[in-house]
Amino acid sequence: MSDELTIAVSKGRILNGFLPLLEKLGITPQEDPTTSRKLILETSRPDVRLVIIRASDIATYVEHGTAELGIAGKDILMEYEGDGLYEPLDLGIARCRMVLAGPENERPVSGRLRVATKYIRTTRAWFGDQGRQVEIIRLHGSMELAPVLGLAHRIVDLVDSGQTLRANGLVPIATIAEISSRLIVNKAAMKMKHGAIRPFITQLAGVVGA
Amino acid sequence: MDKRSHWLLPEGIEEVLPPDAERLDALCRGVLDQFRAWGYELVVPPLMEYLETLLAGTGEDVALQSFKVTDQLSGRMLGIRADMTPQMARIDAHVLKRETPTRLCYLGTVLHTRPRNQGGTRAPLQVGAELYGHSGPESDAEILVLMLKTLQLAGLRELHVDLGHAGIFRAMTRGMKLTPAREQDLFDSLQRKSAAELHSSVRDWGLPAKLGEPLMQLVELYGDAAVLGQARRALAGAGDEVRQCIDNLARIAELVRRQVKDAPLYFDLAELDGYHYHTGMMFSTYVAGEGQGIAFGGRYDDIGAAFGRRRPATGFSIDVNLLFGRAARASPPRSAIYAPVSEVPGLVEMIEQQRRQGEIVICELPGHEGDIRAMGCDRELALEKGRWIVRRLAGK
Repeated sequence: MSDELTIAVSKGRILNGFLPLLEKLGITPQEDPTTSRKLILETSRPDVRLVIIRASDIATYVEHGTAELGIAGKDILMEYEGDGLYEPLDLGIARCRMVLAGPENERPVSGRLRVATKYIRTTRAWFGDQGRQVEIIRLHGSMELAPVLGLAHRIVDLVDSGQTLRANGLVPIATIAEISSRLIVNKAAMKMKHGAIRPFITQLAGVVGA
Repeated sequence: MDKRSHWLLPEGIEEVLPPDAERLDALCRGVLDQFRAWGYELVVPPLMEYLETLLAGTGEDVALQSFKVTDQLSGRMLGIRADMTPQMARIDAHVLKRETPTRLCYLGTVLHTRPRNQGGTRAPLQVGAELYGHSGPESDAEILVLMLKTLQLAGLRELHVDLGHAGIFRAMTRGMKLTPAREQDLFDSLQRKSAAELHSSVRDWGLPAKLGEPLMQLVELYGDAAVLGQARRALAGAGDEVRQCIDNLARIAELVRRQVKDAPLYFDLAELDGYHYHTGMMFSTYVAGEGQGIAFGGRYDDIGAAFGRRRPATGFSIDVNLLFGRAARASPPRSAIYAPVSEVPGLVEMIEQQRRQGEIVICELPGHEGDIRAMGCDRELALEKGRWIVRRLAGK
């Protein structure tokens, strides 16, 4: 059996944070991923290749085993329903916070609180833990608009500097989770290709935060 | 319903068509014949039972996985089986009530409300074997060997059996006196091998190092047989019960290797799949090129207690469809004999004789459409000098 490793990763912050870590292991893509339109990138190590996938699809590819490894934000993993993944390593890259935010000068909400988010599962669980029933409105982007236009009372979203929130008159109310990117591994691959995957995890752990 | 989609099947529900269905049946028969040769008696458990009976002694996951309906006769809830193992335990404990070790096997479709993984089936064809009434490593080894032989029977190569032990995590957490929610958190972190989260739980809850350290070691303890040696050193401070679990695994592995040379045994002491009803050794078997496990099993000594009789129990099950999908595909094309309509004497006897010999004989339906080769016929019955003979179809 071949011990080739395919790593699924999404373009943007995660790839930008992950490439320097790979470089410290002596692994560089054969083509510049920021300019190349290719979705499968060979690397300087013949047994390692990168596949470029949308962030929210990474867990799906890895659970299926199409890619043995993947880099995924904790926000995506908390939202993911499957249980076929290991996440052995916190890479500490693409850091941000998932927060509950609302209007700066909030008036008391009568009736059921409406929360706009794309993190349905996480939001429901977080309010559920506090014994609060809320109505969740699924949005795919521009959450900040929802309270401004009166679609929802609150939003749950990722916040980096907090500038977008402030610009729309919103303030963070509570931190739901600290987010960073994790190395995820397919369960079957972790076992059957442990000869290749284990050293890779150990090496990667050695350069994380170094 | 839309006319264009009214023939579609529900998600995760499949059918098996010719010629696959015939080969699937042959595979099932081969598996059951092997079980029989090992002394496992076939049981046909009911498709549905009272829900409380189906769920007795099992975890929350089985409850979520079970389709439920209201019984019009009794007003009680009925469940469609999502797993046949609890049915076997009930039959052993409450119906058969034997004093001797009891070996049972089964084959049947179970239904799941949700697929185990995306795009997976909701109607696995489950085949399995269960051994009741013996608590030693010998019965666990027998189950493992039988499981390996069953996979080999289907022509599977490059297997990987991943062994764990439910007793290790149980012994470790017992001393911690955690709330169920926290225990669940630890369980989740271990299942994902998330060292970072384990670490922060141990730190945030102020667990003493004596209890926390071994737990964090667990995520590192996976790999080949050398893992057991590492585990003995790494978990030396974790108490006698943990040591006994490791010894138990080592003994089972030794017994298996004695029967199957080069048995592909590996260990993962943090693996807790099926933990909620397993009590001892447990395992998942993987095959190269497949992202998910193909056979699962382990020891579950407590289920029988829910039916009034605690009996040691160990067993395994396989989704035959999954097995079939991976089995070597070499089926020769169908080779049938075409029998014409004729009143010449001897034809009926000739057809019967051919069928008795195992041949497929298809009788002519006058005026039918299409070519007889398309029905799989490569020979025909023909009259030669007043006698019926079998001959190759003319042409081609």
